[in-house]
Amino acid sequence: MKTEALLPVHTLVVRSTLGSDPIAEGMLADARAIGLLSVRKIERELLYFLEGALSAEDHEKLCAGLLTDPLTQIGAWRGKAAKPPAGAFVIEVALRPGVTDPVAMEIVRCAQLLGVEGLRRAATGTRYIVRGTLTPAQRNTLARKLLANDVIQRYAIGAIQPVFPHPAESSGEVEILPIRSLDDKGLAKLSIARLAALDLDEMRAIQEYFREENRDPTDVEFEMIAQTWSEHCGHKTFKAEIELEGSGEKIEGLLDTYIRAATKRVGARWVRSAFVDNAGIIDFDNTHEVSFKVETHNHPSAIEPFGGANTGTGGVIRDVLGVSAKPIAATDILCFGPQNADPAKIPAGVLHPRRIRSGVVAGIQDYGNKIGIPTVNGAIWYDPAFTANPLVYCGCVGIAPKGKHQRNPKSGDHIILLGGRTGRDGLRGATFSSMTMDAKTGEVSGASVQIGDPITEKGLIEVLIRARNHGLYHAVTDCGAGGLSSAVGEMGLALGVDVELREVQLKYAGLAPWEIWLSEAQERMVLAVPAEKIADLEKICAVFDVSITDIGRFTNDGHMRVRYNSKPVLDLANEFLDEGQPCRHLQARLPRPEVVKKQRALPAKAVDCQEVLLKLLAHPNIASKSDVIRVYDHEVQGGTTVKPLVGVENDGPSDGCVLVPIGTPGPRAISLSNGFNPEIGKADPYRMAVSVIDEAVRNAVAVGADPEHIGLLDNFCWGDPLRPETLGSLVAACRGCYDAAVAYGLPFISGKDSLNNEYLGPDGKQHAIPPSLLISAVGIVEDVDRTTTMDLKVEGSTIYLLGDTKDEMAGSHFRLVTGGAVDGEVAPSLPEYAPALYKSLHKAMTKGLVLSCHDLSEGGLAVSAAEMCLAGRLGMTLTLDAGDSVTDLFSESNGRLLVEVHPSQVLAFEGEFLGGTARYVRRIGTTTAARWLNVSTPDDRLISLPVDVLVEAWMGDKQ
Amino acid sequence: MGGELGQLYQRRKDSIMKPKSLILHANGINRDLEAANALEEAGADADIVHINQLRSGDAKWEDYQILCIPGGFSYADALGGGKLMALEMNVFFSDQVREFVESGKPVIGICNGFQALVKAGILPDLPALRPAAAERKKPAAKGKAKIKTAPKVKASPNSGRATLTFNESGRFECRWIYLKPVSQKCVWTRDLEDLVYCPVAHGEGRFLLGVPQELKALEAQDQLALAYVFPDGASANGTYPDNPNGSFADIAGICNGKGNVLGLMPHPEDHIYEWQHPRFGRGERGQQGLEIFLNGVDYALGM
Repeated sequence: MKTEALLPVHTLVVRSTLGSDPIAEGMLADARAIGLLSVRKIERELLYFLEGALSAEDHEKLCAGLLTDPLTQIGAWRGKAAKPPAGAFVIEVALRPGVTDPVAMEIVRCAQLLGVEGLRRAATGTRYIVRGTLTPAQRNTLARKLLANDVIQRYAIGAIQPVFPHPAESSGEVEILPIRSLDDKGLAKLSIARLAALDLDEMRAIQEYFREENRDPTDVEFEMIAQTWSEHCGHKTFKAEIELEGSGEKIEGLLDTYIRAATKRVGARWVRSAFVDNAGIIDFDNTHEVSFKVETHNHPSAIEPFGGANTGTGGVIRDVLGVSAKPIAATDILCFGPQNADPAKIPAGVLHPRRIRSGVVAGIQDYGNKIGIPTVNGAIWYDPAFTANPLVYCGCVGIAPKGKHQRNPKSGDHIILLGGRTGRDGLRGATFSSMTMDAKTGEVSGASVQIGDPITEKGLIEVLIRARNHGLYHAVTDCGAGGLSSAVGEMGLALGVDVELREVQLKYAGLAPWEIWLSEAQERMVLAVPAEKIADLEKICAVFDVSITDIGRFTNDGHMRVRYNSKPVLDLANEFLDEGQPCRHLQARLPRPEVVKKQRALPAKAVDCQEVLLKLLAHPNIASKSDVIRVYDHEVQGGTTVKPLVGVENDGPSDGCVLVPIGTPGPRAISLSNGFNPEIGKADPYRMAVSVIDEAVRNAVAVGADPEHIGLLDNFCWGDPLRPETLGSLVAACRGCYDAAVAYGLPFISGKDSLNNEYLGPDGKQHAIPPSLLISAVGIVEDVDRTTTMDLKVEGSTIYLLGDTKDEMAGSHFRLVTGGAVDGEVAPSLPEYAPALYKSLHKAMTKGLVLSCHDLSEGGLAVSAAEMCLAGRLGMTLTLDAGDSVTDLFSESNGRLLVEVHPSQVLAFEGEFLGGTARYVRRIGTTTAARWLNVSTPDDRLISLPVDVLVEAWMGDKQ
Repeated sequence: MGGELGQLYQRRKDSIMKPKSLILHANGINRDLEAANALEEAGADADIVHINQLRSGDAKWEDYQILCIPGGFSYADALGGGKLMALEMNVFFSDQVREFVESGKPVIGICNGFQALVKAGILPDLPALRPAAAERKKPAAKGKAKIKTAPKVKASPNSGRATLTFNESGRFECRWIYLKPVSQKCVWTRDLEDLVYCPVAHGEGRFLLGVPQELKALEAQDQLALAYVFPDGASANGTYPDNPNGSFADIAGICNGKGNVLGLMPHPEDHIYEWQHPRFGRGERGQQGLEIFLNGVDYALGM
């Protein structure tokens, strides 16, 4: 490497002149929330570190012309002895080396445009001026817990020294791992030392392969095998042979036995691709197809919430690009610990749930808004069990013309890498996500997390859509977990590849070949491009400033070959990578069979139903999420018709979202909805699975989707499957998935599992999350004129309750707010009648007979009715039968919806429900101009509340 | 859509006279397709042209009658929304943009495009400063005395007299708001009778003037194009969330002195179709976004 002349560093401090800074004020509130009560004030300034020979004139140009807004900011060049202001101390924060700094890159580029020639490199930072009496230890706490995230940032009490990016040159170093001579202990040690998460059987299989090859593996080879065989990429638990304790029954793979089997049995003719591509694909109409994929990014979001959620969003968007589709919508389902958790009780090495939530939401907002994909559907769930291990499910929907997606690389095609540069980012992310976290995870796996760059990925969308339209590639896939190793490996499995790593453009110096091969640097796609099309592709890339690199060829000798500077560093038989992994044999213990005890009916008089309803409306799982929904752009692309917030004041909770995909002629649209309920998972994983499938489907039906044209996605987040009872609960949930999918006649089109969601506390105890199955649904709405929303529309209309209410209180939110589970209670069951009921309801909707419709979920009938009232700012009077009023009001039985029908259309509406479904349709009340929710039985007045009170309870201080 | 607007809409759709619009694309711009679609629905032809294609000569400014700078996050909003887009425009195309603006061709900058127009000094297009006003416009520096103001750079007479900065709430916000069309000079907003209902989706939309008194000049010259109002049309008077970002004098959009250049933060291109209305399911109809584009296209055809 050439030595560089030392150049001076100029530091510009930029301060707002606007007086108030809501972000700094928010930090002050956060500081108090984590117990630093003596912090009085926090001010924020921006730091720009500029390296180069800069004149006074350059200073002028840069400060006034680039780095400050003359109306709102003021800049000062810092002298050598910058002292903190009196009565305050200073904490400065800057990025760690290797973390991409897009602003710094723009500064260098734009300085040239301004005619400043002397600027060589730039870096950015933030300066916090803190007032208040804090001990040195407290200052460090403030910096570490609030102002800087150790994973991506450094801090200093006082002035920080910037780190600039270095020229990029690989180290070229390849290590040989002497695996042939190791005993079992040595094999286990090697697996741990390289964070490979491989078990002994797998290590032995690797040893065996190389003994036959008569050589030891390179680190590149070993790392590729570990990545290919990881839980994340290989899904070994879902493919494992499972023996059930007790019965001895054998299950030959959960995926084949239940999930794929359901899809096969359902046999929907409109499924284009299920479990084969990067995303599931269904027909939209005669000319277009819709794709949908949901991923999780839990562990990265636990240690760096912003970056974890940011790159989770970016990653799933690339999955949709990987099926040659234009991304048109994003979804997010998030699980956090309680926001008011006592900071003293947060385990070591774990971020406070408040910080995780704000970071995750900001990360999704940043990526989705900047790339221009509307975030339109989601849920947020709070439970102490998610404190150390939050869940971040990110989904993306795409639209594509039919028949344009190419998926067969040909021998001789060039392997083309598009997009961002490669760094150490995300190394071993695939294996990291397959391990239990502990207090040191942040330190050890710091490199696993990074910050995304949505603008670069936007460029990829522009290029790929055009390349697809012009037929410039034979195959495409994204670089996700496992990086090039996974992307090129999967693409070349049927052929073979020959790759030159020296060609890969790097972010910085010192990467070893295995790091280049495995790097999970974001915003990269791999294409198989025939030689004669490369020039055309290069032209498109040039327009959108997307970097394009030719890194090798597809061969046809069945081998993965990777070189560095022409020297072979990897040579593995495809067959071994694909089929050499020993099948796992696991033991499962099914949850104990349900004991259905006769429930003692709680006398309604013993419960203040009104108070319970208000508590439920204010429960964070149920209360308005408008503060989060509104920081996401849910309008970009102009296709959102049923929006996440609906009703008179645009603030009611929609059951799902309906979109007209950009570029399609209408009136056809798609619906997006989800079902999620780990609270039921704690009680009964089988019933959770059937419940969340029903929830996703009934939400889709509620907004107008055709119940016979809905594709389902399954995303399992579970604990360590090596524990038989954990695996048993997974088996039970998979059985629930099969039964419900078959009952509804709806296929799974894509899915993913994230296991080992556990945290090994400093107390030595393993903290697992509850079984958490997310079902996402993409449905077809035939006519955008026939969508339905959940807000009450007019006074004097008839309210129907559809479905059957049962005493199924286990896992209910009633139990959550009134205190604990009651032994022997059962969770909501599969409503056998629901598929037929939904078909009739849908028919009524397509005939325009339904004014509004809302599903019954958390909080049951009472919450659902209250939400319809508050969204429509109208009243409702309901009369229930005498009997078990607590069950009637708060049970969360599946298959139920509330429907508003105009009095002139009640007969027509009821006429749609003939035969078996008629008994599940009951008139229970009317809507009223008086803004009150009144619920009573012939004997009792159960609830009588003004709508304004409902609004207040549900909205809190949100607007 | 009925009445006059419906007739105009149909006439435009059927017309073979279609003005060509340049939808200026740059890295990070993301509402280009909607803007193109809105202009096409209003009877124009629309080409999405990347700034690199103009630089390379693959596309030419003079081929176009309408310029639209759409929303998004050009250059990731690094160093402030629209700032680097403005720099690119000023460095590479200052003559072409000036010519476009001065020739009276219709120009619309939406959201990020508005930020770019302001930061490039094209808006608000106030009359040249008198020396006394120039002195006043220097912002009062708060904070410690140690920080010295950066030395002044020679800038265009317009730069630094207005800006769009971070929302008063400190956060990005997506919500539907009501706009009152005020300016009768602005070719995009004149003769509009209804309030315009459409979404905002931005984090840096707070319009500020360096010298608040210059509001009078904007008013006097009929340059206040669109104002945030309550649903009944009454002035929002800074009330959140009807004025969603804390903009000075509820300013949502302004035009230049000639009236051919409109900059606005909200997104009329997202309210072109009936079903885009948030209360479509309640029978409410709007499509006022389309009216703005019909106006602009009509004007271009009359040139």
